[in-house]
Amino acid sequence: MAIAAFGHATGSGHKPSTPGKKSAKVAILLLAPGLMYLVIFFVAPLVSLVITSLQTVDYTTGFAVYSYGFEIANYVNVVSQYGEQIGRSFIYAFFATIAALLISYPLAYFIGVKARRYPLLQALMLTLVIAPFFISFLLRTFAWKQIFSNESWIVTTLQSIGVLASDQYLVGTPFLVIFGLTYNFIPFMTLPLYTSLERLDIRYLEAGADLYANPRKVFRKVTIPLSMPGIVSGTLLTFIPIAGDYVNASGLFLGSTQTAMLGNVVESKFLKSYDYPTASALSVILMGAIMLLVTFYVRRSGTDDLL
Amino acid sequence: MRKFSFGRYALPVYSVLAFVYLLIPIAFTFFFSFNDYRRSNITWRGFTLDNWTSVCEAQGVCAAFATSISIGLISTLIATTLGTMIAIALVRYRFKFRSTISLLLFLPMATPELVLGAGLAAQFFNFGVEMGFTTIVIAHVMFCLSFVVVTVKARVASLDPALEEAGTDLYGSPSQVFWKITFPLLLPGIMAAALLSFALSFDDFIITYFNSGPTETFPKFVYTAASKGLPGEANVIGIGVFLLAIAIVLTIQIRSSIKAKRLAAMK
Repeated sequence: MAIAAFGHATGSGHKPSTPGKKSAKVAILLLAPGLMYLVIFFVAPLVSLVITSLQTVDYTTGFAVYSYGFEIANYVNVVSQYGEQIGRSFIYAFFATIAALLISYPLAYFIGVKARRYPLLQALMLTLVIAPFFISFLLRTFAWKQIFSNESWIVTTLQSIGVLASDQYLVGTPFLVIFGLTYNFIPFMTLPLYTSLERLDIRYLEAGADLYANPRKVFRKVTIPLSMPGIVSGTLLTFIPIAGDYVNASGLFLGSTQTAMLGNVVESKFLKSYDYPTASALSVILMGAIMLLVTFYVRRSGTDDLL
Repeated sequence: MRKFSFGRYALPVYSVLAFVYLLIPIAFTFFFSFNDYRRSNITWRGFTLDNWTSVCEAQGVCAAFATSISIGLISTLIATTLGTMIAIALVRYRFKFRSTISLLLFLPMATPELVLGAGLAAQFFNFGVEMGFTTIVIAHVMFCLSFVVVTVKARVASLDPALEEAGTDLYGSPSQVFWKITFPLLLPGIMAAALLSFALSFDDFIITYFNSGPTETFPKFVYTAASKGLPGEANVIGIGVFLLAIAIVLTIQIRSSIKAKRLAAMK
């Protein structure tokens, strides 16, 4: 009791973390500018997007005239008209995320567990993992286009051995778009996996082996469950940007009109045909799907690790 | 007399292959910066140093690069200041609505860039704001802010409050304590956040494209050039930035590993 009372008496005086009139004021001063910024330039635009997505359009003058309304039909139209592109976004994102996970896991395991005794090597390998980030996203995507271009030796070889027909190419195929998406977002998968594997206590693996589990069983029953936080954040961090990407699937880079994703429709509706309600409705659909996914993940693994 | 086992070498060999895969486009960008290209830099036509010696020769590439640098610097300065203030408040003070505030800071990172870009553009459009340099800066500060908070917050959390209390006990005014003790101790975290935020801003294309109007940034230049032929000079700039960034990261890592060794030796 005495200790508790003592602790309380000294605690309220100096420590800045205790609630008091003064500290609350300072906290508000520190928080207000940044949070106001987010309310004005993040929250309000999202509301704006929802409002725009419900606008009605009037073609009677010959031009499209938009006015505020509550046109739920916009969503019905968008889904029936662009269902293919919406589906493609999520299917491509799914496959690219799985591919990124399969490629990253052994690599992250090697850096985080096997190379643990060599900190300098570990640091060097981590630098190599994030190296692609240091070169422009568009330049590295363009480089893959050069590598797989129609005149490249890869395509001509594949054609001569009969994997591709003589009039078949790689650029513009779903395969290459998924390939590009996987490549571009792989560091987002490797880094969180590395973080959780780096903390993995080797003694758990040894205990598994001592209890007569074969290496495969140890991996399935011990390593995977212990690295689950990394798998969870890695898949979220790759899936979200991939689902909204429009560079890889664009005809200028690795895709064609046959690979158009949701983002490509939003881009052309917004910047080329000025059809704001359609573009906004598609963005709201993407945001809604992502929020569902995030909520599902958060429900399963808690919110503590969000920030 | 150890038996050769496949398992021992499988993982290292795999990792080397994975690194090769990660680095291939960078190597390609590098080689094609020496390409004597004509209209489009897609097929190899012979070696030249022209792209390197006259980088600004290609129409608009240097102007776009300069625009990207200034947008990066301005948005980094604003985002780092606002984000550091939030990070300090989150760790050091108690207040209501904490979970709402955490959510507000987390959401921009969980929102696809496409939605951030289209949303902001819809907002500017609805209010009749003309798009250009300023709207790009506004957009960049918005998406960098949360990343700054996350980065700096970790540093604030590892800071021992006793150091600041010592400063107060020695009759330092609150502002003296902040600038002489707190700020220098937070500086590595703030620098890391600033670097991250500059990198995010410099490379952003998706959000920028929606909010740029006629202003040309370097990524936007590459995107529009991709249709009519990307000049080799763009590769030169890309590789230049890459080498600079790698140099910075390696310096930081080597310095911190020397520091760690010294600390270990002291123990």
